[in-house]
Amino acid sequence: MSASEPPKFDEMHAPDGSVRDAYSGYQGWLSEQDDSWMRSKSTEAEGFFRKTGITFNVYGEDDAEERLIPFDLVPRIITGGEWRRLSKGIEQRVRALNAFMHDLYHRQEIIRSGRLPERLFRNNAAWLPQMVGFTPPGGVYTHITGIDLVRTGQDDFLVLEDNARTPSGVSYMLENRETMMAMFPELFSKVNVRPVSDYPRRLAKSLAACAPESTEGQPTIAVLTPGIFNSAYYEHAFLADQMGAELVEGSDLRVVGGKVQMRTTVGYKPVDVLYRRVDDDYLDPLTFNSDSMLGVPGIMDVYRSGGITIANAPGTGVADDKAIYSFMPEIVEFYTGEKALLPNVDTWRCADPDSLKYVLENLAELVVKEVHGSGGYGMLIGPTSSKKEIEEFRGKLENDPDNYIAQPTLALSTCPIFTKAGLAPRHVDLRPFVLCSPDGVDITPGGLTRVALKEGSLVVNSSQGGGTKDSWVLDD
Amino acid sequence: MLGRVANGIFWMYRYLERAENTARLLEAGHRMTLTRGPDMASREWKSILTTLGLRKAYEAGHDDYTGAAVCDFVLRSKDNPESVMLMVERARTNARVCRSAITAEVWEAVNEGWMTLRDLLAKPVRSSNLNEALGVVRRESTLARGATHGSMLRNETYNFARLGTFLERADSTARILDVKYYLLLPSLSYVGTPLDSGQWDSVLRSLSAERAYRWLNSGEMSARSIAEFLILDDRFPRSLVFCYSEMRENLFELAKLHGETGKAQEQMRMTDIQLVDKSVEDIFQKGLHEFLLEFISGNQKIASAIASDYRFTA
Repeated sequence: MSASEPPKFDEMHAPDGSVRDAYSGYQGWLSEQDDSWMRSKSTEAEGFFRKTGITFNVYGEDDAEERLIPFDLVPRIITGGEWRRLSKGIEQRVRALNAFMHDLYHRQEIIRSGRLPERLFRNNAAWLPQMVGFTPPGGVYTHITGIDLVRTGQDDFLVLEDNARTPSGVSYMLENRETMMAMFPELFSKVNVRPVSDYPRRLAKSLAACAPESTEGQPTIAVLTPGIFNSAYYEHAFLADQMGAELVEGSDLRVVGGKVQMRTTVGYKPVDVLYRRVDDDYLDPLTFNSDSMLGVPGIMDVYRSGGITIANAPGTGVADDKAIYSFMPEIVEFYTGEKALLPNVDTWRCADPDSLKYVLENLAELVVKEVHGSGGYGMLIGPTSSKKEIEEFRGKLENDPDNYIAQPTLALSTCPIFTKAGLAPRHVDLRPFVLCSPDGVDITPGGLTRVALKEGSLVVNSSQGGGTKDSWVLDD
Repeated sequence: MLGRVANGIFWMYRYLERAENTARLLEAGHRMTLTRGPDMASREWKSILTTLGLRKAYEAGHDDYTGAAVCDFVLRSKDNPESVMLMVERARTNARVCRSAITAEVWEAVNEGWMTLRDLLAKPVRSSNLNEALGVVRRESTLARGATHGSMLRNETYNFARLGTFLERADSTARILDVKYYLLLPSLSYVGTPLDSGQWDSVLRSLSAERAYRWLNSGEMSARSIAEFLILDDRFPRSLVFCYSEMRENLFELAKLHGETGKAQEQMRMTDIQLVDKSVEDIFQKGLHEFLLEFISGNQKIASAIASDYRFTA
C-alpha cells in the first residue's frame, strides 16, 4: 500500500473505539456471550449449510468437493435512516436503467443527444440486434437487478457495479438470515431487524405482474436452470421451491402452438413467465449459439410475438458493461431529470487517450478492470500487485485499451468478522436485490454482504475466497 | 409436474430402496457366515453376488469369496458400477434434481445420509465396522421414507415415490427368493422335504421377515410355507402381493388425477393376474422359478410403461 493510505470507515466501530449507533443493540448482546460458545456456533453454521446443501461447484474442478461459501457470524448492520436514503438512490438508478434499455433498443435519444458515444454499445457483445424495436411485456427489462454498493465514509455509499444480466446470491441473503435466526433466536428478540423472508413471494408477484397479455388465468412461472452442474444450481432450485414455480431445464421446454411449453406428466403445458438463469448466448440455439443444449429452440420468436416473458430481458447485459457504467451519472440524469442520488466510483475509460495516459502512469495506485469482466477475474489491483504483474498488465492494456477501465483503489469500509483471536475488521461490499414490474420498484431491505476474509484484501468475490454475512436493516 | 422430475423422483426412491435391500442381503450373509464353515460362507457370498447381478463384475477382479472382499466390493468398490455408495449418490443426485418437488425434510434426510456414508466408506470396510455401515444405509432409507410419509403432499410426486419404492422392493423380493430357492434345492425332488433351516433363516433375514414368519408359523420351516409368506401374504410389507397392492393403489391415484388409464395400468392388471386369488399350490404347479421369472419381467414392463405414460423423457 502507498504511504498515503486513506483512513478506512469501520461499520461497527468509530475511530475512537466506541460502537456506532447501528451496532449498539448487537454489541449489548455480544458482550454477554461467551467466546468459546461463539466459536462453537461458527462450526454449527457450517453444518447447517452443508445439511441444507447450500454448496457450489467451482468451474474447472471436476472432482472437487462441493464447496461452501464461508459464512461469518457478525452481521452487517445498516440503520433505518441509512437504508431509506440508499433505497431512494437505488430505485432511481433501476428506473433509469430500464428507461435506458428501452431507449437503446428504440430511438436511441441518448446517443442522438450526444450524451453517450455510439461505439460503446456497438462494440458490446451483450448488445442484441434481435431486441431492436421490441418492447418486453410490461416494458420491464431488468426484472431483478443487483446493485453492488461500497462505502467509504459515514455518508458515502458509491455504486461499484450494476448487475442487470442475472444477479445471483439472493439465496445466500435468505439462508444467512435463516441460519442466524436458528443459531441466535434471542438476538432477534432484542434487536428489531426488518425481515427478508418474503423475497420469494415478492419475486413471484413481481414476475407475475410482468406476464404477457396472452396469459390465460394465473400466469405460470418457471425457473430455467442450466442444471445441477451449474455453480448456482442451489439458488435456482431454492427460488423455484420458494416461489412454488417449476424448475425447468432446456430439455423440458419446446415451442408448441406458438407458446413455450413444458413437458409435464400429462403433456405439454404453457409457461408464461420464464425466470431464466441461462445466459443470452445459450437461450435459443436458433437465434444465438447454435450448439447450445441449455436453451429452447424458437423461444426468441415466441418472445417477440408476445407469447412469453423472459426475465431478465435478453440484451440487458449491455448495462453490466463497465464502460457504460462510467456513464451512469449522465444516464440517470438524462432519463430522470434529476442528479444521481448514488454516485459512481471515479472511472477512467482507457479508450480515451488522455485517460489511458494517466492510467498507464499510475498503474501501481489503481484498480484496472476489463469492461466485460465479472467475478473478480481479469483485473489488476495496483497496490497489492508485484512489479512483474503490473508490467504484464501494462502490455495487455496498451494492446487493447478499449477493453479496460480504471478506478482509484478505494478505502472500502470494513466490518468485523469473528476470528479465533476475536473480532477483526475486513473489507465488505453490499448487493441489494431490486425487483421491477409495472407495479413499481421493490427493494428487499438489506441484501447480500460479501466480505474479503483475508486481512487487507479488497476482493470480496466468492470465487476468490470471499465470504458472506447476514445483512440487517434496522427497523428504527 | 414435469416428466423429467417424475422420472427423478421414481428413481430416487428406487435407488434408496435398492441400497437398503442390498444392505439387508449383506447383513443376512454376514450373520450366516459367522456360524458356518468357510465352504458354506463362500457359497453364501456367491449367492448374494448372483442375487445382486454382480458376479461377473466381482469375478473380474477376485479369485475367492471372503466376506471382507465381497462387502467391500458391494458397498464401495470403484470397480462396481452398482455399489451401494453409488446408489446412495444417485439417490441424492436425483433428490437435488427434484429439489423443488420434495420437502426440505426429505432432502435433508437423503443429503445427511449421503454425507455420513461418504465419510464412513472413505476407507475399506472391515468386519468390525461392517454392521455400522449397513446400519447407516438402512437408517438413511428409513429416515427418507419417514420424512416422505410425514411431510409430503399426497399428490403425483408422492405416487411416483411410492411406485418407485414398491416396484423396486417387489423386484428385490422376487430375486432373493428365486436365487436362494434355485441354489438351495439340488433338484426339484427336494421340494417339500425338510431343508437346511439355517439357509432359509438367511432368506428370511435378508427380507427382515424372520420374526414375522416365525410368529405366524411357530417356527416351522418349509419351502412351501416360506414361498407362500413371501409371495402371497398381504400383511407382510415386502411380499409381492403387498407391493402390488401399493402399486395398484398409486397407479389408480395417477389415473384419477390424469382422468385416464394408460399402458401402465394395463400392464399392472396383466401381472396382477398371476398373483390375485392364487394359492401357493398354483404357483408350485407352474414352477416357482418360472413364476418368478415371469413376475420379474412383468415388473420391468410396468416400469417402462410408467416411464412412457408419464413422459419421463422427451
